[in-house]
Amino acid sequence: MREALEGSLAIARAVSMAKPDVVAAYPITPQTHIVENISKLVAEGDLHTEFVSVESEFSAASVVLGAAAAGARAYTASASQGILLMSEVMFNISGLRVPLVMTIANRAVGGPLNIWNDQSDTMAVRDAGWIQLHCISNQEAVDTTLQAFRIAQETDLPVAVNMDGFVLTHTMEVIDMPTQAEVDAFLPPFEFAGQLDPANPRSMGTLVDPNFFPEVRHSHHAAMGKALAKIEEIDAAFAKVFGRESGGLLTVEGDKKARVGILAMGSVVGTMLAGYEDFKDEVGPARIIKLRSFRPFPAKALRKAVKGLDKLVVIDRAISPGMGGVLGTEVSAVLSTMDKAPKVYNYALGLGGRDIPENMYRDLLKLVEDKKAPRFAVLDADLEKLAPEDR
Amino acid sequence: MAPRSDTSKRLSELRMKHGRPPASPLEPKAEKAETLREAQPRFRGLESGHRACQGCGEALAARLVMESAGPDVMVANATGCLEVFSTPWPQSAWRVPWIHSLFENSAAVASGMEAAMKAKGKNTKVLSFGGDGGTYDIGFQALSGMLERHHNVLYVTYDNEAYMNTGIQRSSSTPHAATTTTSPAGKERMGKRHLKKDLLSIIAAHHIPYAASASVAYPADLQRKVRYAMGVEGPTFLVIHSPCPLGWRHDSALTVEVARRAVQCGLFPLVELERGALTNIMPIREPRPVADYLELQGRFAHLFRKDDYRAQEELDHLQALADHNIETYGLKGEGLDPMDSTGMSHVRRGGPLAGRS
Repeated sequence: MREALEGSLAIARAVSMAKPDVVAAYPITPQTHIVENISKLVAEGDLHTEFVSVESEFSAASVVLGAAAAGARAYTASASQGILLMSEVMFNISGLRVPLVMTIANRAVGGPLNIWNDQSDTMAVRDAGWIQLHCISNQEAVDTTLQAFRIAQETDLPVAVNMDGFVLTHTMEVIDMPTQAEVDAFLPPFEFAGQLDPANPRSMGTLVDPNFFPEVRHSHHAAMGKALAKIEEIDAAFAKVFGRESGGLLTVEGDKKARVGILAMGSVVGTMLAGYEDFKDEVGPARIIKLRSFRPFPAKALRKAVKGLDKLVVIDRAISPGMGGVLGTEVSAVLSTMDKAPKVYNYALGLGGRDIPENMYRDLLKLVEDKKAPRFAVLDADLEKLAPEDR
Repeated sequence: MAPRSDTSKRLSELRMKHGRPPASPLEPKAEKAETLREAQPRFRGLESGHRACQGCGEALAARLVMESAGPDVMVANATGCLEVFSTPWPQSAWRVPWIHSLFENSAAVASGMEAAMKAKGKNTKVLSFGGDGGTYDIGFQALSGMLERHHNVLYVTYDNEAYMNTGIQRSSSTPHAATTTTSPAGKERMGKRHLKKDLLSIIAAHHIPYAASASVAYPADLQRKVRYAMGVEGPTFLVIHSPCPLGWRHDSALTVEVARRAVQCGLFPLVELERGALTNIMPIREPRPVADYLELQGRFAHLFRKDDYRAQEELDHLQALADHNIETYGLKGEGLDPMDSTGMSHVRRGGPLAGRS
């Protein structure tokens, strides 16, 4: 049924329809509305789950780890500093191959303190071994959340569903909410073959020495590789039940024949698609690549998607100081094996919630016409605001 | 009474699975069991053959806990010696479901396991294990959270009073004046400058149903406490004094004697608390001087140097701490008591009350 809902409320309802056994969370802006709404569902008796209101994100991640290891469908949500505090546990969850789902309401990481949206938090745990999916709208966030529960249990990997803080979490959107019957048809009950069980005792998280450790890491990497097909397959299965897809690993939109491309993740893709409609006549069309799966990284699909491009603008919502954009660096690495790779222009935009207007589409396309366009910049930084020695 | 027989049937099935099944009636009864181990009728949650050092107090304590806890449990184990010596992949000494995640989160992982059991309507009890570093220090927050949220978890801390797994560094549980690799004695220092954290009082302040201290020197008392805690619905806490011959630098054969003297001098009082109130103690028949306990251990050797005036000062300080415990908890016994720190030294098969009329 189509309803106008705040993103966070929609996510809470989607999680509720996945019937989690255990939900654990610690409040942090801009994730709070999600767990508040889940708490309300529990208080009203609409959701039967063990809601564990913990004393830190570190424990939130640890509780869902323990719950899933003991055979429960488990869910948590966090953002920003919370993700960093969880990071040690996040590596552990994936290393133990425990399937569970987390929503990341993407927010900048301090200091200085900033509560607004960018994707520094999820990039900081890039190597934590989680599947990391990005959503451009609340509809996609709802659909991807439901898919994530199935992806997790079919791959034995944890899944992080990224949705931009405020831009999505606190925004009303008309969303086609699934019915419980549809969700039940799509999402089977939770199963985890490796679960702790007194009838079949096993030891999990043992000490692994150099004789076995590379094999552990290899199998984790291989599982991520296999997850590529799973993500596409489950998106297709979702479409069968619900009649809409979320974009598999990546999708190509805009003008597929254009020679200039823009690649991005999250809600900024929506901004670029709107800018495309408004400014394509003025500055020309662009091929817009919406990257949904950041981990596992769909290298093959990306090389196919950029074929024929002369220039590719990669928008980063995070920065690795001393290197540049994180996504841009990875895209450059992936394209380096192509015979005719497009030139990559990597720009960090909207850090700490700086607004990215639709006319950024026009500005980007104009900028890369210039042969002297920088290959990396924090493009919307106003250097006039800085002391000369800091520019 | 149907549920009770279901439970006992399930328990006996689990015992069959993890322990030795009872002899089949078809087979002729062996005249004599082959080894003492095989003759043991007890459930073994932590098997022999692990890699703990000779005389390891923690291994002894964990075995005693597992024997009493029984097969229908799950264990969340913090990083530390216990985790390392019991599970060098692909081997494991555990006969129960066991998980190790990190150093500081065993109480939180256990919270999640318990929540899962609750959600699924199962009665399997969740145990959470940590050393003193993982409990007094880095895992303290997760432990406090687990107690406050009232999870049905028995938390056991194996207290060997330093970070032994990383090579004997001081923790907040290290006693005053003890030397460790990060609190060595020298011209300017007499070992650890600070006091051992009074964790039990902090735990008591959570007003949980049951908290107790125990010692490997008193296995019957220890096991009674575990069995009691297992029967409590809600969070329970047990701190077990577990000597480490390597870290405390005492003879491996003296683990139990060292632990016994710690109790008998008053430095490690054995007490029980319910909802934060003191409900039971193990009386000390005749308090020994702390020197009797300290002199067995190399970590206190600097307190026995005749040429150092500071040695006597620190000995006096430690004696005062023991006296303070004896007074605070009312540990001084009155006359002969088979349940006191001397009477309980005798092994009682079938628990501390066996043979008492």
